Amino acid sequence: MTRIAVTVNGSRQEADVEPRQLLVYLLREQLGLKGTNVGCDTSSCGACTVLLDGESVKSCTVLAVQADGCEVTTVEGLADGAEFHTVQQAFHEQHALQCGYCTPGFMMATVSLLKEHPDPSEEEIRHGLEGNLCRCTGYHNIVRAVQAAARAGA
Amino acid sequence: MSILGHRVLRKEDPRFLRGEGRYVENLPLEGALAVTFVRSPFAHARIAGIDASAAVALPNVQVLTGADVDVGPFGPPHLPGLEQGMGRPLVVVDRARFVGEIVAIVVSEGRAAGADAAELVVVDYEPLPAAVRPADAAKDEVLLFPEVGTNVAARSGSPEHDAGLFDGCDVVVSDTLVSQRMAPCPLEPRSAAAELGADGRITAWLSTQTPHQDRLGIAETLGLEPSQLRVIAPDVGGGFGAKQLNVEDVLLVWLARRLGRPVRWTETRSESMLALPHGRAAHLEFTVGGTRDGKVLAYRLGILQDGGAYPLLGSFLPNLTALLSSGVYAIPRIEVEGRSVVTNTTPISAFRGAGRPEACQAIERALDLFAAEIGMDPVEVRRRNFIPKDAFPYTTASGATYDSGDYEGALDLALHAAGYEELRAAQRRRREEGGAKQLGIGIASYIEITNVIAESEFGEVEITPEGGAIVRTGSFSHGQGHETTFAMIAAERLGLPIEQVTVLKGDTDDIARGTGTYGSKSMQLGGMAASLAADEVVERAKKLVADYFEASPADIALDRAVGRFRVVDAPEPSLSWPELAARAAADERLAELKAEHDFQGAPTFPFGAHIAVVEVDTETGQVELLRLVAVDDAGTLINPLLAQGQQHGGVATGVAQALYEHFVYDDDGTPLTSTFVGYGFPSSADLPLWEAIAMETPTPLNALGAKGIGESGTMGATPAVLSAVLDALAPAGVRHLDMPVSGENVWRAIQEAKA
Amino acid sequence: MIPAAFEYERAGSVDEAVSLLGRDEDAKLLAGGHSLIPMLRLRFARPSLLVDVGRLDELRYVREDGDRIAIGALTRHAELVRDPVLAKHCALIGEAAAGIGDPQVRHRGTIGGSVAHGDPASDLATIVLTLDADLVVRGPSGERTIPAAEFFSGMFVTALAHQEMLTEIRVPKVSAGAYLRVKRRAQDWATVGVAAARVGGRVQVGLTSMGATPLRARSVEESLAGGASPADAAAHAADGTQPRSDVSGSGEYRAHLAQVLVRRALEQL
Repeated sequence: MTRIAVTVNGSRQEADVEPRQLLVYLLREQLGLKGTNVGCDTSSCGACTVLLDGESVKSCTVLAVQADGCEVTTVEGLADGAEFHTVQQAFHEQHALQCGYCTPGFMMATVSLLKEHPDPSEEEIRHGLEGNLCRCTGYHNIVRAVQAAARAGA
Repeated sequence: MSILGHRVLRKEDPRFLRGEGRYVENLPLEGALAVTFVRSPFAHARIAGIDASAAVALPNVQVLTGADVDVGPFGPPHLPGLEQGMGRPLVVVDRARFVGEIVAIVVSEGRAAGADAAELVVVDYEPLPAAVRPADAAKDEVLLFPEVGTNVAARSGSPEHDAGLFDGCDVVVSDTLVSQRMAPCPLEPRSAAAELGADGRITAWLSTQTPHQDRLGIAETLGLEPSQLRVIAPDVGGGFGAKQLNVEDVLLVWLARRLGRPVRWTETRSESMLALPHGRAAHLEFTVGGTRDGKVLAYRLGILQDGGAYPLLGSFLPNLTALLSSGVYAIPRIEVEGRSVVTNTTPISAFRGAGRPEACQAIERALDLFAAEIGMDPVEVRRRNFIPKDAFPYTTASGATYDSGDYEGALDLALHAAGYEELRAAQRRRREEGGAKQLGIGIASYIEITNVIAESEFGEVEITPEGGAIVRTGSFSHGQGHETTFAMIAAERLGLPIEQVTVLKGDTDDIARGTGTYGSKSMQLGGMAASLAADEVVERAKKLVADYFEASPADIALDRAVGRFRVVDAPEPSLSWPELAARAAADERLAELKAEHDFQGAPTFPFGAHIAVVEVDTETGQVELLRLVAVDDAGTLINPLLAQGQQHGGVATGVAQALYEHFVYDDDGTPLTSTFVGYGFPSSADLPLWEAIAMETPTPLNALGAKGIGESGTMGATPAVLSAVLDALAPAGVRHLDMPVSGENVWRAIQEAKA
Repeated sequence: MIPAAFEYERAGSVDEAVSLLGRDEDAKLLAGGHSLIPMLRLRFARPSLLVDVGRLDELRYVREDGDRIAIGALTRHAELVRDPVLAKHCALIGEAAAGIGDPQVRHRGTIGGSVAHGDPASDLATIVLTLDADLVVRGPSGERTIPAAEFFSGMFVTALAHQEMLTEIRVPKVSAGAYLRVKRRAQDWATVGVAAARVGGRVQVGLTSMGATPLRARSVEESLAGGASPADAAAHAADGTQPRSDVSGSGEYRAHLAQVLVRRALEQL
């Protein structure tokens, strides 16, 4: 076991982890942050997307030990108390979620995308989200939500 | 002003946006043991022995095998015509029949230990020849169930052909179409947990679309009284028809009882790709005949359905395909014959569309072939064969009675939205230019049937002490938004603000009965049940108000606009719901403001028209979908925002079948596409924005005027895209393509046409 | 899925990493992890020890060095995409990197990891081979340089000894370049990829997913050097290759795609 320290949503957390433990399971099981979901086992679906030092990563493809000393932002860190983050609000208003399972991953990928491309074209949005899969929405409203969030200055 | 018909944002969104979705995997369950399944890597094999000694040498590991399982078999479902001798052992006893079938159960403290232990279970397999392709299985040479003596699990229609079926036809054309096997791929892999309570009752948390039916099914399989079992479906991350009762759910309950400890399981994606039932997998052969002036006279359809290793709903689906075989056309003579066979592959069940996309794919291809044969524009051929809009109710030659429709209207709307003439002009220009990238335009008109077996749904409305309302529904939303739409309906009927209405679902202890959500029936059944229960509560409220006002109930009216009861024509006295509830509670009469309703509906028939525009790179074979225009008529739309979301999702799946997805087995029955890397599930970068157009032709069959829209998108999109690619390649002489239409099969088709 | 258990060490320097690799023959380097961790999760790989070099930021750079560009092995794909030196002098690298996986993958995956994995499906490995790059490698006895042509010896087999680490990739500046690929879906590996670049006076062409390793299309190059047109030279694209058949495509289709993409890449130069 290795002791690591990760700052998650602004709060420093220590944990003892096995080297083989994935970051997503550290978040879900040891830190009780269940919002980040596991949807596949081939790093394809992006349901596990979080921000690692500000950049989107698939937390199922990062070992917890690799995140030692880093900052992690999960979906639980988006809202400011009762007030939704611009991206959350946009997803809500554009009806960009149905079953909700892929939604945290999409929102974190969106936050990262808009950081790098504050005014993305539709094509840039689609390529920016090619690492996230959704079965319910057909992506249309998700693209609209990203456009809305960009307009709102996310 | 009514809230119905408005684009109301979803009430249930906040918890999902905050990452507080209550998926089964997220639920705490103190002391739960982890369950890991050991699954067969062979498509067909005898189990000569299982040595779990290395596995159980790990601390706190137990291994159970088929010999330990004293209950079962699981299924087959009691559906008419379905062979009942092909039940599935919960855990393999003597032979595994598909890659992924459960051969042993590992119970451990924690999931990692379970994965480690599962690897150490040594199973002695004696591989058997496998019947992987349905055409091979139909020969009955390699039998999956020797004691049954055949691989045929169901038949429909008649194998005898009317030799005169095509009499009078100037033109007769035939082709085949494989509606290929797909994996449902809900983003949430299944999860189940079960706990035996001190009172001897089991609580099971399941990732399912059908909590009440699951409870009955588990009880039946385990020989329990349903009252001994509580099933809770909390939040479920997509189902698409596949998340109905399956063996793992039964096993978790069985384990909880046997071990006396709570247990839980979550499948990995690779596991889900094998263990969650697949969809489609129908091999279709059709012949269509008609006159040179474009009238279709006769249609014959043969269906060979791959049922997978154990017959589930999939083996019954040819009946639905047959029912809708006429499409939206008035075809005088139709003959359909279907057979379902078991094969050494993952069982086939319902998947978004379930038997109806197959019907649409066949008839639309047939119409296009017929059009090409007589040299007529495919739009014109359709016009000459549509069932006219004044002909309803209309009974087709395949025995379906359509409730309402305007098929030509749907197509016209789609053609207009697509700018059909401009598209054809652009296509002509590209053809003249002769470049590598050519345009194709495909159209498909479709009929859909929802609430196929005329089911019933439960709804209950209760007024709370604060004067709000609770709706309890037997429907089970797993993305469809019933917490909003059913709240809208109850709010409308009760005259309450939607914020005061809460919708509950999924707990069989709280909801008296239900069927669940599948078959696009929830709005028309569950919505109507909630609506009628609300109306009944209003009637009861009027009685109570009449008592308080010393008037006759017939003289009491509910002013829905403000939610106040008053005597007709007298503005005061009046009572709001909160006032009435408070008074009733004080008098211990609040329980009177509760009513339930079971609404049974007849099947309804949504319809529509889809137009696809593709660009084909004739050198590489790559296809890009440029546009998909979807006109989907599902009757009256309660919440057009949510309905459109359903259109989008359905269309995406329809397109995915045409262009990307195919679950493939090799000749030995080994799956080649069992991860998201191999299986072609598209991302947003692979699809365009959708042009979803609403059309509402109410059904006369329920007071809401609502049909269902959940699966409509899958009907027209697939044939429209296939048609578009064939249209692009028509000048190259290509007349047949298999789905998914990949770069390679486009390239090969072009090469073969040249030869 | 859950990986089998392994030990973990974080290396503070290249020399430390090299030394740690010597501890066990089943030790492996962990950089971005996006080739390795997926294999661990499906238990296709079971290293005894992972040596994490992901924090060696001194190996994240792109530098002009005369007529060459030196790229640190731990430079992330996303960094390659936005690097101005590459954009100016060797744009096909950034263009290829922009199509690897998806943004999350590109934030973590490294050029060194991608090249050292020895995957014939790796876009960057093909480009490295096409450009005749020099691969700088550190081992227990010091540093050596391996020419790209000698680096890829078989499927997932490279000239790296067990206890060696790739530290830098040195590519020439090119006067023109293109990287084209055919994919089934946006996030897929290329069914076939083609790299073409004008290096000095020569046009050099490489092929992704046409064999057990990245390949040079030498017949195409010779044909061009002999004055052939792009279309005529491209007809030789699949000469000497035996591309595999899998769910993404048959060998025959791949050979055809190679010809089409080579022609198009040459026309772009």
